[in-house]
Amino acid sequence: MTRWLIAAGVFAGLVMGIGSYTFIYARGSSYMTNDPAACANCHVMTDYYVKWQRSSHRSVAVCNDCHTPKGVIPKYITKASNGFWHSLYFTTGNFPDNIQITSGNRTVAADACLKCHESLTRSMSPGHTTPGSCLKCHGKIGHPQ
Amino acid sequence: MKSPKLIFVTAVVAAVAAAGVTALLVNIFERKQEARETFFRVVELTDEIDDAAVWGKNFPFQYDSYLRTVDQVRTRFGGSEAIQRTPTGADPRSIVAQSRLEEDPRLKTMWNGYAFAVDFREERGHAYMLDDQTFTERQKVVTQPGTCMHCHASVYLPYKRLGNGNLTAGFEAMNKMSYTEARTKVEHPVTCIDCHDPTNMKLRVTRPGFLEGMKAYKASQGVENYDVNASATHQEMRSFVCGQCHVEYYFKGAEKRLTYPWTKGLKADEILSYYEENGFKDWTHAETGTPALKAQHPEFEMWNQGIHAKSGVTCADCHMPYVRQGAMKVSDHHVRSPLLNINNACQVCHNWPEQELLDRVHTIQDRTYSMRNVAMDALVQLIGDLKLARSNGTSVSAVTAAQASQRRAQFLLDFIEAENSMGFHAPQEAMRVLGLSIEHTRQGQRALTQK
Repeated sequence: MTRWLIAAGVFAGLVMGIGSYTFIYARGSSYMTNDPAACANCHVMTDYYVKWQRSSHRSVAVCNDCHTPKGVIPKYITKASNGFWHSLYFTTGNFPDNIQITSGNRTVAADACLKCHESLTRSMSPGHTTPGSCLKCHGKIGHPQ
Repeated sequence: MKSPKLIFVTAVVAAVAAAGVTALLVNIFERKQEARETFFRVVELTDEIDDAAVWGKNFPFQYDSYLRTVDQVRTRFGGSEAIQRTPTGADPRSIVAQSRLEEDPRLKTMWNGYAFAVDFREERGHAYMLDDQTFTERQKVVTQPGTCMHCHASVYLPYKRLGNGNLTAGFEAMNKMSYTEARTKVEHPVTCIDCHDPTNMKLRVTRPGFLEGMKAYKASQGVENYDVNASATHQEMRSFVCGQCHVEYYFKGAEKRLTYPWTKGLKADEILSYYEENGFKDWTHAETGTPALKAQHPEFEMWNQGIHAKSGVTCADCHMPYVRQGAMKVSDHHVRSPLLNINNACQVCHNWPEQELLDRVHTIQDRTYSMRNVAMDALVQLIGDLKLARSNGTSVSAVTAAQASQRRAQFLLDFIEAENSMGFHAPQEAMRVLGLSIEHTRQGQRALTQK
């Protein structure tokens, strides 16, 4: 019985040990920050990071401002969910080279415009205040070609 | 007795988790290494090596995709389908592409009397460029000059050897040879050295036809002594290396010098007016006696008239898009139709679903194809009318006028027909040129009916 406990403990310890090492090696803690460079830890994101650096929003909005929703809990749920799927896809390699945004993530990004621009757009035509409609015309604002 | 079981399950779960986390760790490690070292020099490349297999040792990903140009896949209006045939002593090919002449017999009428009316198949990938030229039936009906090698083989080294180090001298020497003799001087279809400098992989133009053609074209715009390799930007080179061959051309004079007819401009009607001025003809039409012209794959010229060229998008951007290899990005040397690779080719810029993008292209191509058919039917009618007119006593001046119209109408139609994008490279320009073709056909028919 005790031997079994020790064996299980060893295995669990291994997981924790390797897991912590991987977490540190992969700069896991950087994902808790707002630093856009963290998103480009994965090489797939380099292009989007570089294009954002050339965008008009580079000094006023980072990745998380547009790609996560309002509120701490929804923000970290979104980060966790994207983190999981990105890890899975990027590890298996099963994704298109030019990555395509999911509809859920698109909604998050589209709604994010109003975080800053709501007061300005309120006085404009209806098209400017409908949540999610901004990207129809301003779709390349964050990552211009 | 429950706890040993629980402990066992815990241990198994922990073991599986450890394996998973280790796999992730190793994968992250690999990606980090790949990002650090993107190039390993295995062999020393020099300007004397034209075997792609040697270059491939330094550039395995590019070489691997380059080899894939053997693939035969159809698109709606292009690509090629593998058709089996029984090899013969004269032609050992066991697979060829479908015959365009069988798909559209009107082409035979248009090219009557010319070698293209005998054998004309859908173009296959780069891997076949030398074989398909060597074994086409066209070789049997006309004597082809060594000039053809300029674009059907890797000629950079053969030219340099023939010219004792002078590319142009080698070019001139091979132009004068017979095809059979020139064929013994070349070995490979297009290879790395044709577009890349072996010392630093920079793009470079090695084809004298393009160097001279661009020089003449730029001179007509007031830029004297333009040298592609010295003056073009990297982005321009990403089209120019393709434009070395994917262009309209003719063989000038007795020395069969390959010439790109660009001194009046790159548009179809500007090229036509060049030919009108110098009176060149490819052959005499068998049914109408017209001194006719054959247009050849003017992809570079048509692309130049389109929105992608205006936006600075090059041939390589769509036909050799970047692909992911681990943490690396390499340009796809499997040169092919972007329609077979929409995510890499189109979705870099166009954020729409693949099906929608494909539908957009097909809309453009279907429209061009229907207009091409209108122009083709009209031309075939004119050829019929001319044939009749030559035997029913119609005045010589009327026949001559109609022949001149046939020459123009046919060249403009062939310009769109021969161009490998069915209008996509420049949709409105394609329609304009087809409209002009129909206008010339109309004038030809009018000349024959005027009293």
